[in-house]
Amino acid sequence: MAERITGEMIEYVGILAKLALSEEEKAQAGRDMERMLGYIDLLNEVDTEGVDPMTHLFSVANVFREDVVTNGDGSEAVWAGAPGGVKEGGLKAPRTLE
Amino acid sequence: MSRQYETVIGLEVHIELATRTKIFCGCSTAFGGAPNSHTCPVCTGMPGSLPVLNRRVVEHAVAVGLATNCRITQYCKFDRKNYFYPDNPQNYQISQLYLPICRDGWIEIGTAAGRRVVGIHEIHMEEDAGKLIHDEWEDCTLVDFNRSGVPLIEVVSEPDMRSAEEVIAFLEKLRLIVQYLGASDCKLQEGSMRADVNLSVREMGSGTFGTRTEMKNLNSFKAVTRAIEGERRRQIELLEEGRPVIQETRRWDDNKEYSYAMRSKEDARDYRYFPDPDLPPVVIDDAWIEAIRARQPELHEAKLARYQAEFGLPAYDAGILTSDKRLADLFEATTALCGRPKRVSNWLMVETMRLLREHERGADQLDFSPENLAKLIGLQERGVVNGTVAKRIFEIIFTEDIDPEAYVREHGLETVGDEGAIRRAVEAVMGANPQSVADYHGGKKKAMGFLVGQAMRAMGGRADPGAVNRIVRQMLEGDASGDLG
Ligand SMILES: [Zn+2]
Repeated sequence: MAERITGEMIEYVGILAKLALSEEEKAQAGRDMERMLGYIDLLNEVDTEGVDPMTHLFSVANVFREDVVTNGDGSEAVWAGAPGGVKEGGLKAPRTLE
Repeated sequence: MSRQYETVIGLEVHIELATRTKIFCGCSTAFGGAPNSHTCPVCTGMPGSLPVLNRRVVEHAVAVGLATNCRITQYCKFDRKNYFYPDNPQNYQISQLYLPICRDGWIEIGTAAGRRVVGIHEIHMEEDAGKLIHDEWEDCTLVDFNRSGVPLIEVVSEPDMRSAEEVIAFLEKLRLIVQYLGASDCKLQEGSMRADVNLSVREMGSGTFGTRTEMKNLNSFKAVTRAIEGERRRQIELLEEGRPVIQETRRWDDNKEYSYAMRSKEDARDYRYFPDPDLPPVVIDDAWIEAIRARQPELHEAKLARYQAEFGLPAYDAGILTSDKRLADLFEATTALCGRPKRVSNWLMVETMRLLREHERGADQLDFSPENLAKLIGLQERGVVNGTVAKRIFEIIFTEDIDPEAYVREHGLETVGDEGAIRRAVEAVMGANPQSVADYHGGKKKAMGFLVGQAMRAMGGRADPGAVNRIVRQMLEGDASGDLG
């Protein structure tokens, strides 16, 4: 099977996912992705003529909530998970550009 | 400039839906909560939390789709749009890429150039992001997730508009439709309606589109107009100099009247959309669509026609009264209470508009109750207060929504119809102004107006002006002994 996952592609996916990958991790990720594509190749051999694309794992639809407030003040829990600390109720984050 | 250019504009309009709760969790959408108080594991992207769709969001989206002549996608679903940014706690936004809820609609707009149909490519449902505030002191960003997960629809138009005027007409029409449906309050200034403008220019007669840019940060109709004119100029200048227009997102600075290229979110154009596995599909059957259609309230154009037919209002007046849902609601509720459509229209068209201008407020910010305006109209009709006093009271209704009946009682503002009291006041004024009396008898009939004014003033403006006029005239004509009863 031809190599379809190039080093450049791994680099790009790493940037998109904000992951700093070591050379070894890149190689491993490349092998994993090749195997995934191989599995897709297998699926592609199946005749799917007339079969609708699957959009969800379970055959359920229309799971709704009514428009009623059920949640109270959640700020304590949010603050507890703020790595940069809290100021005036807001979570401190590095300065964003723009 | 020798060559003629045509501007091609399409819009992406984000509208915050009027729901009590967020799109996927039971957190409140109310404005003004303390930062991060309207949050839960779902809208802050905690692993393991499960989003569940708010039924009302679907109903609002379908209602807007039907009112804009769209096809409803009867099997629709949600997708994840992946990007990293501090306002996005999940690192993806739940949106609809593949099967948006509404498609292929249109809105008819009217401008000086005539009527024109603007296509609607699609309308999709999605969630809003959190709010970022720059902290000057610590040079950091403060994140507030209260808006995170607030339901939005994004209305994507076809590139069918050719001028700023048409864009404004489209936005105004869309705003009226959505407001009338009760799907959103559509306040540009407060951000519940936000427009991104996609603009390109091409030589007149060209069949292909030029390269377009997308402009963000347009929070008023005036800003939209200025941004379109500024960006059109910028692109034409580039083309005239033989330089290319670069496809990019630009941020409009309304103070400097110039747009700036935004720093790209590091290759984030690649959003790697995929179906959201947490959310099962939404199936909208015919019965549901028909139920939503049946609940559709009277929309703007129907109301405009009815006001003229049912209440006998001129087209211009009906146009103003229906130009804002809040104003139309006030008109109808007040008319239902007092049965005097023309008087109600008059109060809204003249005094209300004057006060709105004076207070620099929009009609959507009107907050006095129809009961109080109806009572005021009743007081004036029964002659309890005169026109001058009614205007004074209305100003207080406008700002404080007071009960005019109680106010008139407490402040003793009833019109003085007691002829004896008026006569005493007129006598005193004539005694104090012998020159004016002499002027009148000398042929200067205008002197009478002065005496009437003085008498009204002496009575604190509360006298029945008709009675004062009559009594002053009678007394000047030497008929003071006549029948004053
Ligand atoms: Zn929540």
